[in-house]
Amino acid sequence: MLLGCFVVPALAGPFEDSVAKFANDEFSDTEAAIGEVASSGNPLASPIISALQDGRLSADPASKMVFITKSDGKIVDAATGATVDKLPDGAAAVRLNNRLRRTVEAALGGLTLLSPDPAKRLAAAQSVFKSHEENLLPTVDSALAKESNKSIKQAFAEARAAIILFKSDASDSDKLDAVSVIKARGDQEAMALLTGLGGDQPPLVAKAAASAVASIQSNLAMWSMVQNAWYGLSLGSVLLLAAIGLAITFGVMGVINMAHGEMVMIGAYTTFVVQEVIRTRYPELFDYSLLIAVPLAFLVAGGIGVLIERSIIRFLYGRPLETLLATWGLSLVLQQAVRTAFGPTNREVGNPSWMSGAFDLGQITITYNRLWILCFTLAVFAILLAMLRYTALGLEMRAVTQNRRMAASMGIATSRVDALTFGLGSGIAGIAGVALSQIDNVSPNLGQSYVIDSFMVVVFGGVGNLWGTLVGAFTLGIANKFLEPVAGAVLGKIAILVLIILFIQKRPRGLFALKGRAVEA
Amino acid sequence: MTPHILTRSLDRAATTFILIVAGLGVLIPLSNLLMPQGSMFQVPTYLVALWGKYVCYAILALSIDLIWGYCGILSLGHGAFFALGGYAMGMYLMRQIGSRGVYGNPILPDFMVFLNYPKLPWYWHGFDMFWFAALMVLLVPGLLAFCFGWLAFRSRVTGVYLSIITQAMTYALLLAFFRNDFGFGGNNGLTDFKDILGFNVQADGTRAALFLLSCAALIIAFVICRAIVTSKLGKVLIAVRDAESRTRFLGYRVESYKLFVFTLSACMAGVAGALYVPQVGIINPSEFAPGNSIEAVIWVAVGGRGTLVGAALGAVVVNYAKTFFTSGPLAPYWLFMLGALFILVTLLLPKGIVGTFNAWWEPWKTRRTTGLAADEESAAREDGIGAPNPAE
Repeated sequence: MLLGCFVVPALAGPFEDSVAKFANDEFSDTEAAIGEVASSGNPLASPIISALQDGRLSADPASKMVFITKSDGKIVDAATGATVDKLPDGAAAVRLNNRLRRTVEAALGGLTLLSPDPAKRLAAAQSVFKSHEENLLPTVDSALAKESNKSIKQAFAEARAAIILFKSDASDSDKLDAVSVIKARGDQEAMALLTGLGGDQPPLVAKAAASAVASIQSNLAMWSMVQNAWYGLSLGSVLLLAAIGLAITFGVMGVINMAHGEMVMIGAYTTFVVQEVIRTRYPELFDYSLLIAVPLAFLVAGGIGVLIERSIIRFLYGRPLETLLATWGLSLVLQQAVRTAFGPTNREVGNPSWMSGAFDLGQITITYNRLWILCFTLAVFAILLAMLRYTALGLEMRAVTQNRRMAASMGIATSRVDALTFGLGSGIAGIAGVALSQIDNVSPNLGQSYVIDSFMVVVFGGVGNLWGTLVGAFTLGIANKFLEPVAGAVLGKIAILVLIILFIQKRPRGLFALKGRAVEA
Repeated sequence: MTPHILTRSLDRAATTFILIVAGLGVLIPLSNLLMPQGSMFQVPTYLVALWGKYVCYAILALSIDLIWGYCGILSLGHGAFFALGGYAMGMYLMRQIGSRGVYGNPILPDFMVFLNYPKLPWYWHGFDMFWFAALMVLLVPGLLAFCFGWLAFRSRVTGVYLSIITQAMTYALLLAFFRNDFGFGGNNGLTDFKDILGFNVQADGTRAALFLLSCAALIIAFVICRAIVTSKLGKVLIAVRDAESRTRFLGYRVESYKLFVFTLSACMAGVAGALYVPQVGIINPSEFAPGNSIEAVIWVAVGGRGTLVGAALGAVVVNYAKTFFTSGPLAPYWLFMLGALFILVTLLLPKGIVGTFNAWWEPWKTRRTTGLAADEESAAREDGIGAPNPAE
């Protein structure tokens, strides 16, 4: 090594000297060079080290010149940054062994700690937190001192704590401070770090670490409960959205509409068509595409619903089993029609900008589209409830549900109410399709996957009661998501189906059954 | 004097039906085996297998008609019993492959070797014996139907609620059988069968024998159904269909009657599935798909709900149409036709082909031979769907 130092001619400055060491083709020199270059603060340091990592750093042993081959094929002199036409004949890639590769990685981590890009600094801090390389401590300290961004500063502090915790010669009080910093972080990685702590720690530190692990564990368990609850709410809102139209057609009218899922699908395809038109004609309106699609989907699906009621279902009142078969046939026809018109493959429906992305709440991530769907579902539910309670149509609908003959005697045009009620239920299914197009594949089979679930929700919640549907949807959603981690997705779903089947034995009319004197509904 | 239950149950239409099925069951295999290859009288082997499939569907349709047409239980999960019977037979056929599988394991079927099963799961034991498998063909669907029906009928789950939970049942089974760790071959199901009772499944003779057996099973199932619906028990079933509460108030244990026919019907569906699998050569979870069960219901509706001959006829007609259309240039339109069939039959032909035919034929016949014996007339009335059910 000494010999190497003598051989290298003192060219211009220390940085150039360090770079020239790469050309010695000795692992020990290369290691020294990495350390010197990385700590030089020179803007060329980062490209040199990353080139070394990727095998793009070449050196000419004869001239002691070092070159970087950039990713676009250009070659620059590593010491000066000047562009060179071509590599000299004797140039060969600088060799690395496994130990050096680790050094390179650590050096890169340290380099990016000082990067001007905040996202890179944050990522570097996270990687240091995981690797807790001892020799990065000075870099982390200086980065911590310079940092102005609050969350990155926090990340640096955590990275520093991780290093200190694993540093053999750190004092006990420093280590205890480090444990408390890591404990405050409180996530899976913090726990992994603390449990990875060797047994050779002073007893005080080991005890603090153990209690921190326990506290993080209970904290994480709580967050995973919160996360399951959120997923459950989200699934429940999807179920509610799909089932709410069915709660009207099945719950209020007693019509088994197996083509309900296809109404959802039609709503989703309406969204697709609206977005296509907007994309080609008025691209600036794209963020409003869903707002435009909601009323359109309601009208399209509702119109088709009225058409179905007038042409098929009204002939089958009082024959629910036949209605079931006829509407199943209808669902086959509608599916095949959409398949013929739009093709059997999934169609692309985009998220508007206000629905994409996510934010963190504590330890869980909440995506905007799920949040919006939850809000949207509750809004639809509230509007529907208000409509049933405060409008004339709502009054007539309730009258017809409670006693059809009496309502007819009071002068309510029951057949018109039937058509409008069915249209309303179908229209709401169409609206559900708009929302579901944001989280599900828009394909001709979209509806099929929801129809059994929707029936389960309505039957579970109690027929003829919207509140029952709400409670049913969220109960099933949350129960499903809490069962999933225990039993797996498919078994969880099977368990839910079996539980509903058993539940129906206990309460054949659902959670919130309508009270009545009829022997058979 | 009351005639014997069997002779009483077989009127002229029923006898004709049995003779036709028996005739086909003998003639088709004979023509396939005895006539020279390529002769116009020779039925090709693929047609024997195809018609064997139809006959199995006809048994399934009979089982659905028994509960739907005569007891008002619309099961949308009968495909599950059919598939369970099929799986029981499939398991026997898998065990018969022995060491001739791709991996050559004498005990474990190929998919278990592939999925690293250390040993045979407990529920696969015994399926190397035919008698055990045959017993399971009846027992597994029967037991499931018994438990399910016991829970459902006892708590008076009726009408569409029952339909929906039967659909949920088959859906749950579909999801379960799709799982690889469930031990039934997952997505791919059971296939690659070699022998049944020592005969090659692919051989013409075996196929002909299976066809004959299927026809025999159809006749037996038909006679059982016919005996039930013309007996006193059948009268109670029809009463349950038309006015369940009234029947209960009259002192009949409605749930016991329902449970009996439901379980029997599931066993019949299981037998149909067991005969279906060796002829088709595969059983996979898609047989549990809710759509299949509903399609089976529409066969009954097309043929004529509440007419046993109609159910069998409907199964054959609809499936023949399906084969015909899905293999031709009209294939993309088949689902339109099937969907339209559902709608049109329920709207315009609620009694189905045979029911509508009876409605025309009977008055004409009665006019021609006035003063006909009263039991003929009552038999005709039973065959129809009867007045719309006010309770539904």
